Amino acid sequence: MGSELPLFPVQASTVAASVDHLVYYLLAVAIFFSVGIFLSIFYFAVRYRRRSEFEVPANVHGGMTLEIAWTVIPFGLTMIMFVWGASTFFRMSRPPDDAPQVYVIGKQWMWKMQHMEGQREINELHLPLGQAVKLTMTSEDVIHDFFVPAFRTKADVLPGRYTTTWFQPTKPGKYHLFCSQYCGTNHSQMIGWIYVMEPQDYQAWLSGGTGGSLASSGEKLFQDLACANCHHLNDQGRCPNLRNLYGSQVSLTDGTHVLFDEGYIRESILNPSAKIVAGYQPIMPTFQGLVTEENVLQLIEYIKTLTPKPGPQPAGAGKSAQSKKLSKQ
Amino acid sequence: MDSHTETLALREQFETPAQQKEASTLGMWIFLVTEVMFFGGLFLAYTIYRKEFAGAFAVASNTLDVVIGAVNTAVLLCSSYTMVLAVRAAQMGSRRALIVFLILTMVFGGVFLGVKAYEWNQKFEEHHVPGPSFHLDKTTEQGPAQLFFSLYFTMTGLHALHMVVGMGIMLTLLLHAYAGRYTPEYYTPVDVGGLYWHFVDIIWIFLFPLLYLIGRHYH
Amino acid sequence: MITAAAEERDYLHESYGIKSWLLTKDHKRIGLLYLHTITFFFFLGGIFATLIRVELLTPRGDLVTSDTYNKLFTLHGVMMIFFFMIPSIPASLGNFFLPIMIGAKDLAFPRINLLSWYLLLIGGCLAIYAMLAGGVDTGWTFYTPYSTSYSNGYVIATGLGIFIAGFSSILTGLNFIVTVHRMRAPGMTWFRLPLFVWSNYATALIQVLGTPVIAITMVLLVCERVLHIGIFDPARGGDPVLFQHLFWFYSHPAVYIMVLPGMGVISELISTFSRKPVFGYKFVAFSSVAIAVLGFLVWGHHMFVSGQSVYAALVFSFLSYFVAIPSAIKVFNWTATLYKGSISYATPMLYAFGFIGLFTIGGLTGLFVASLGVDVHVHDTYFVIAHFHYIMVGGTMMAYLGGLHYWWPKMTGRMYPEGFAKLSALTIFLGFNLTFFPQFILGYLGMPRRYHNYPDEFQVLHVMSTAGASVLAVGYLMPLIYFMWSLRYGKIAGPNPWGATGLEWQTSSPPPAHNFDETPIVTHDAYDYAALEAAKVG
Repeated sequence: MGSELPLFPVQASTVAASVDHLVYYLLAVAIFFSVGIFLSIFYFAVRYRRRSEFEVPANVHGGMTLEIAWTVIPFGLTMIMFVWGASTFFRMSRPPDDAPQVYVIGKQWMWKMQHMEGQREINELHLPLGQAVKLTMTSEDVIHDFFVPAFRTKADVLPGRYTTTWFQPTKPGKYHLFCSQYCGTNHSQMIGWIYVMEPQDYQAWLSGGTGGSLASSGEKLFQDLACANCHHLNDQGRCPNLRNLYGSQVSLTDGTHVLFDEGYIRESILNPSAKIVAGYQPIMPTFQGLVTEENVLQLIEYIKTLTPKPGPQPAGAGKSAQSKKLSKQ
Repeated sequence: MDSHTETLALREQFETPAQQKEASTLGMWIFLVTEVMFFGGLFLAYTIYRKEFAGAFAVASNTLDVVIGAVNTAVLLCSSYTMVLAVRAAQMGSRRALIVFLILTMVFGGVFLGVKAYEWNQKFEEHHVPGPSFHLDKTTEQGPAQLFFSLYFTMTGLHALHMVVGMGIMLTLLLHAYAGRYTPEYYTPVDVGGLYWHFVDIIWIFLFPLLYLIGRHYH
Repeated sequence: MITAAAEERDYLHESYGIKSWLLTKDHKRIGLLYLHTITFFFFLGGIFATLIRVELLTPRGDLVTSDTYNKLFTLHGVMMIFFFMIPSIPASLGNFFLPIMIGAKDLAFPRINLLSWYLLLIGGCLAIYAMLAGGVDTGWTFYTPYSTSYSNGYVIATGLGIFIAGFSSILTGLNFIVTVHRMRAPGMTWFRLPLFVWSNYATALIQVLGTPVIAITMVLLVCERVLHIGIFDPARGGDPVLFQHLFWFYSHPAVYIMVLPGMGVISELISTFSRKPVFGYKFVAFSSVAIAVLGFLVWGHHMFVSGQSVYAALVFSFLSYFVAIPSAIKVFNWTATLYKGSISYATPMLYAFGFIGLFTIGGLTGLFVASLGVDVHVHDTYFVIAHFHYIMVGGTMMAYLGGLHYWWPKMTGRMYPEGFAKLSALTIFLGFNLTFFPQFILGYLGMPRRYHNYPDEFQVLHVMSTAGASVLAVGYLMPLIYFMWSLRYGKIAGPNPWGATGLEWQTSSPPPAHNFDETPIVTHDAYDYAALEAAKVG
């Protein structure tokens, strides 16, 4: 709907239409009140203009009813804005559980995308139409921001941490990608394109890629960096066996728990003594400086393969399988 | 023209000495509120990082000397007491007592600062000052440990700076007291100077447990 | 209450020489000193704005290098916010009129008032040094780790300049609070105070509570940059988002420091030029304080996409709608004041009309950004730029000019030329809308902030915006010229050229050095035109 109007960017994701509808409501309220105020001022200014130098108008006392009315009604209107905006925001913050991942690394002044299948892109992201995708992002230096106006999504990309965003493209095409957190000299050149393709075209594009998947690269690293010497894969070594841990809660030496997710894996590689699993010694050396952010992503993807995903389930059983996995540890 | 004679006490923007005293006192209280907000940012940062890095912070905190910290706390509390006595002396018109108590307050303040300098020097020798030569034993989390000490030095440093300013204020009060400026009718500067001094003391009362007493176990 | 003797010289002429100005304790002179300083920073910030808008005429960055462009928008923000907007109305008009309006001889602490001005100057000199030495390119928001570990600009000098200017603001606020609490003339109860005083009082509360936080933030920023203490550096365990929280904890209330005094001016103008009390006086007064308080609770709405938790975002969005309501109440009350009034179209009133209209638009677009779902899209785009310029320029700047015109005869004893003034008000109004309205559209289309080059499709709107900016620039230059002209050639003004209520109109134009010969005794409410009329006739 918005694609012909030069006032709105194209609506190319599942949330874009919702955001635009909320904006229509906001516009309606804004126009109503601005026009109302403008007209009232204009009317009063003309109707009650000073006609003689000495006139003194009668005092019009304030009215409680009026004050309450123009407090309560705007408040009600704004609460609608809040609830509507919040519910849209919830949807924007919750990727579907099974959305495939794409990793994004921002650095001055380029975007590096890594598909799980191993495809790497610079300043471009090819996506299949109609498939939700979750972006897990980090920065190698300063704060950046991944902004796709056509999708109406945006999320800051931070150093030292993962942040996420997700979207489901609904229209094939080529859409702007902008960095929208000021990041230095070439901030305005840290831009790119999102290519949304028909599924067959996307498959064709994927298979044109070279190199193994992220996970297979990670498996190679796991051996090369000697992780397997301590993190035995088939029995317990001096370090936790990493099978079947992804997505579950892990007990730590100080009694707290942590979720075994991408962020925890990354932290354990770069700052291993921060959160030690209960029952183990802090003997793991840090790999800070020995691995790049891409390497970290490859290792994460490999470690994730050590936790088998639930196989195809009958409809309705998907959720319970998920929760079974989480309570296992 | 101006119908009020400007005495040493009454400034020309005020109608009465009482108004001037109230204004000065209110002014100092508001200033102290701004100081709370100023230190508040540091306390916030400290709270957040302490929660995040509880282990490293505990190890770092344990390297601080609790006995010295406690002594310094006592010293400051004594200085606040002598300050109160100074205000009382001014109220009663006892110039001698006022001078003595101001001097004592300064002595205690000086002791505090001296002890602090000693502590900082110790930290320097133990390589606990953040920088290229930083190293803290008994923890692998050198980054967070360094963070503890960065906050330690920033917070105690800012506090010490306020103490130095306080000493300057005390000196000014002392010189004016010596010159006979303060009477039972007019001793507002002693009063508000005291407020400032007590405030700096209270900041330390918070700093001491937060910095020195994390996870202390006494066997 | 009317000052008596002709021998009594006014505050401008009671002493001469540069020392009598640079060492003055008179709040009126200090107000004028500030007026000069902030005017200088306004035009300096305006030069940066002009360069930015000219560069943005074309999609390629061809006028200046990217580094230079980044410094231009940073310095525009820093100069305008810290050295013009924050002091503006309180330090010039507030300093001048607050004591007179409450019937006092001066502020509670005149020497601290003078110190405040010197602190602004010193801070400003540091910022100018940073500018001349090579500039700073972090954006006025100084986000870490760019500002601490990557920028090659003069971050430390600028940070220190802001730190020092912050104390100028804190001391002004402290002075105002004590003055309003302790130095009101007999009979001047809280609810007889002019609304300009209420606004400046509420502003002072924010200055006193919020500014120390930016002060400590700047200290930490400088420490991090110099000593690498690690507080904002992820490699050492620090958190860059902590900087954002600390920064915005002040910088959000700061926007209320910037708008509340303007609202106070508007209350005065609407009342005088309708010859009626402000409708709903108590509601407007309480709204000022409500804005000050609520303004401290919403800083996270600048950080909806920063990686903070969804629940924090929810709370901040919710509270942001709360803070919008008191502003709406004020707009409705001002409009209602016009009802059955006796409306004059003098220049100050034209600015008041402009303020109400443009502030309404700016405020309503605030509702867009407060809405989580929408803000994700428009955050860090030109939509936000348009939103805050509507409020700061369409709002505060118009109020400031309105107040300047209104009180010019009182401060200088001269009238400005009404014809030119009306023309420049109109020019400013038109130029402003042409500059900033297209930016709402640009922003929603996705044009990000702080972009040196941009995709071609955004050019038409940028050209419109720059065209508007050139008109706006002319509009702003006109008062500079005719105000200076009026000092020599303007018509001599009487004590009350507008027929207004308020203690400031009961003294001569310009006022005597000590404001009042005898302390006034107040027996009327604010804006009591009936009583004023009765006094004239009876």
